[in-house]
Amino acid sequence: MTGERTHTVNPEDIKKEILSKYPPKVARKRGKQITPVSSDDKEGLQVGANVRTVPGIITQRGCCYAGCKGVIMGPTRDIINLTHGPIGCGFYSWLTRRNQTRPPSDDADNYMTYCFSTDMKDEDIVFGGEKKLKAAIQEAYDIFKPKAISIFSTCPVGLIGDDVHAVAREMKEKLGINIFGFSCEGYKGVSQSAGHHIANNAIFKHVVGLNDTVMDAKFKINLLGEYNIGGDGFIIDELLHKCGIDLVSTFSGNSTVDQFANCHTADLNAVMCHRSINYVADMLETKYGIPWIKISFTGPTSTASSLRKIAAYFEDQELIDRVEEVIAEEMIPVEAKIKDVKKRCEGKTAMMFVGGSRAHHYQELFKEIGMKVLSAGYEFAHRDDYEGRHVIPDIKVDADSRNIEELTIEKDENLYSPRKTPEQMQALEEKGYPFKEYEGLLPEMTKGSLIVDDISHHETETLIAMYKPDIFCAGIKEKYAVQKHGIPMKQLHSYDTGGPYAVFKGAINFFEEIDRMLNANIWQYLEAPWQKDPELSATFVGE
Amino acid sequence: MLLRHTPKEIKERKVLSVNPAKTCQPIGAMYAGLGIHGCLPHSHGSQGCCAYHRSALTRHYREPIMAATSSFTEGASVFGGQANLLQALLTIFTTYKPDVVAVHTTCLSETIGDDVNQIVKKAYKDGTIPEGKYVVHTSTPSYVGSHVTGFSNMVKSMALQLAEKTGKSNGKVNIVPGFVEPSDMAEMKRIAAMLGIESILFPDTSGILNGPMTGKFNMYPKGGVSIEELKSIGDSIGSIGLGAWASADPVRAIDSQFKVPCQVQDLPIGLLATDRFVDALRTAAGVSVPDTINQERGQLLDVISDMQPHLYGKKVAIAGDPDQVIALTEFLVTIGMKPVHIVTGTPGKAFTKRIKEVTARFGDEINVKSPSDLFHLHQLIKNEPVDLLICNTYGKYIARDEDIPFVRHGFPILDRVGHSYFPTVGYKGGLHFLEKILGALMDRTDRDAPEERFELVE
Repeated sequence: MTGERTHTVNPEDIKKEILSKYPPKVARKRGKQITPVSSDDKEGLQVGANVRTVPGIITQRGCCYAGCKGVIMGPTRDIINLTHGPIGCGFYSWLTRRNQTRPPSDDADNYMTYCFSTDMKDEDIVFGGEKKLKAAIQEAYDIFKPKAISIFSTCPVGLIGDDVHAVAREMKEKLGINIFGFSCEGYKGVSQSAGHHIANNAIFKHVVGLNDTVMDAKFKINLLGEYNIGGDGFIIDELLHKCGIDLVSTFSGNSTVDQFANCHTADLNAVMCHRSINYVADMLETKYGIPWIKISFTGPTSTASSLRKIAAYFEDQELIDRVEEVIAEEMIPVEAKIKDVKKRCEGKTAMMFVGGSRAHHYQELFKEIGMKVLSAGYEFAHRDDYEGRHVIPDIKVDADSRNIEELTIEKDENLYSPRKTPEQMQALEEKGYPFKEYEGLLPEMTKGSLIVDDISHHETETLIAMYKPDIFCAGIKEKYAVQKHGIPMKQLHSYDTGGPYAVFKGAINFFEEIDRMLNANIWQYLEAPWQKDPELSATFVGE
Repeated sequence: MLLRHTPKEIKERKVLSVNPAKTCQPIGAMYAGLGIHGCLPHSHGSQGCCAYHRSALTRHYREPIMAATSSFTEGASVFGGQANLLQALLTIFTTYKPDVVAVHTTCLSETIGDDVNQIVKKAYKDGTIPEGKYVVHTSTPSYVGSHVTGFSNMVKSMALQLAEKTGKSNGKVNIVPGFVEPSDMAEMKRIAAMLGIESILFPDTSGILNGPMTGKFNMYPKGGVSIEELKSIGDSIGSIGLGAWASADPVRAIDSQFKVPCQVQDLPIGLLATDRFVDALRTAAGVSVPDTINQERGQLLDVISDMQPHLYGKKVAIAGDPDQVIALTEFLVTIGMKPVHIVTGTPGKAFTKRIKEVTARFGDEINVKSPSDLFHLHQLIKNEPVDLLICNTYGKYIARDEDIPFVRHGFPILDRVGHSYFPTVGYKGGLHFLEKILGALMDRTDRDAPEERFELVE
């Protein structure tokens, strides 16, 4: 029934309806970020992205600090992440993303449950906070004796001119542990995205390459852009291990500072979340000669093809065979689950608005159980995440993002070693091997769907009213507004309390979850009996 | 261990904050703004703050939290955020049509020194704010005080900027409820109504942050103090501010501006503080206390006396907002418990003094520290273990590591429901709170009892 309903909706009409409620200038600006997919031929479709948010529009976006501290560095378990600022930023990023950590022993470092802050006061704003920052680092060192301390700047820090990098250098010298800073003030860039870039740069500058020990393993890779939400990283690790592939590092779910230091010894980088970590992937290639490929461990088909891609890269028949065995074995319960769940989910519709990567990856999971994605978009992705990396040369960096540093990376004279000869690379590429390729979200979108970048509350409401989806996926800020409509809402940031959803095992969890949500009893009871049938008529007890 | 790095030995920290027992001002102002009917809160700063504050309130209430932001960019951060705020007001009134926008600031706009008052004046003058619509604004620098300070600042501003004294008494009593749950606000109104008093309670999030599911999302739910009510608070016969940190400033400001006599009381948590609240209402309005209230008081007294064996002498650690913690501590002492470690993250010298007063019978045996954090509280507990911990959700990490019965109270509670539906203020709230404490203590007794001491009848 839902399938029929949606065929009658024209995405151009929805766009018109959305824009009609805005002041003219806002409508013009938002028009560029709302892209109807009116036909299956998507040639020439452009998705406006990574531009400043319209003030007052009720965006779901966060800030640069959230992208840097909250997303990239937060999941590292043995670094003391010290927020330099008033208390809020540290408080709100304290245990609110579900990056799981599992240290190898009871006495191994794990600071995940802690929130460290300089808790700046008005006198620090007036007289500067550098002295306080130094003293805080000293106190943190005296009490915790950590391996490393990183400092995160918040909005006022840049304005009052505290030099966190100078403080880091001085305290590093004094204490003899690695201490480094991030200039991730909240106002930088236009979203979390700037924070990703700043985190990538600093981790590359201050940590990567510090430890040259080579792991004793045959097939060594780094997993980039996997943050172990709900345990995703754990089951990816388990699956890779089963295939005979070892992880040197994960950026950055359940990670340690030593893994970052050592990551340049891996032979391949597999990029999961393109948006947040493609910078590190590129820099590792330029400096150390490690190629990178885009993979996805969301959905059984993507997982299988990602495993095959990794195996194909190593060109080792034993590994290729092993991967096929594992896929065949893992697919059995997945197929059984799909068959079961599809009975109740086929033909239903979904929409999803998630950060910078999942709005693409999760489409496969819905398609597997016969569901259609009506509309999707990102909070803070760039055009390459929508349209594919081939548009990168056409992207103009605007004034709001121009001050995000681009590191100039050169070959490391001693450590650069191409993992494949140019001939080998060429041979692989000729066979269609996709190095450094990412097609983006656009190919997933079908005729009649709508792409919305940096969606606002008003836009969400209009989409719900016009498309009438059966399930809506986004984050905590949207969740309860959507559910008030009587539409189930799945969080794809935190997974609500669920997960893992990655690889084969996680797909099973996800299918069960969507089945439960779509078919829960509660959605039938929105109306009370007296609202359904307000006419009064006498009924005798026992009749 | 979840908090494996917390040592027993307490080293003095002068600057480093670890596991704070507070958060920053704007979230309190956002919460207060949500307590006005038809209001959209607005955060004048970079958008990360607004996203964080909405998320934290959403997780606590499991309700939609709507708020807009000026979305500062680096340019605005250097040259000022006037254009952003004017654009925001235009977008908001065109698209979302609130009756009132409640603007608060962040450390960003405060540090650069944006003059929000002047910007709002310009918006009125230019017609960006439509006829019959309002913008109230307050200054909430995150580097001063805590979320409670932000609440207080917004409440004071909404009162002073909207009230108009006509000189004709409305016969009502103003109640500023403090930074409490929607359920608590509803309970305060119920108590006033039982006394036959007409009250203006503001802000009032009951019905807004514990609203129903109807199959339709309503951006401005039923509930909240109305603009008309806020306009008339200058004509009230008296004001009662509950909780000195959250509510003293607003009621005193109303007193100086409109000559509405004010009283500042503790939050009415527990027997004695509720007694004082009822008494304050009675004297402010000149009414007598009905028997229904005596009945409720008597029920609370009855349960306390019945349950003495489970309560007497039990050691408790408490962390939270100062108004909450003061009232709670007094309640615990009243029912025979011994609060031994008490911290708040919100600064204010009066805290320690009030705690010392309500725990006077224990003298120097009580550890009280303000401002402090949960790391310190945990260390105190390691040095002197307790039988019960009362704290917001973050306390669960301490409770599990130290194996302490745990009662969630305060803000935020991210992992349970109930706080927005069942009050902890008033005699009824006292009963509910007592039930939670007893449940936690008695579940522990059952868990740990050897088989022969596992009792059917408590």
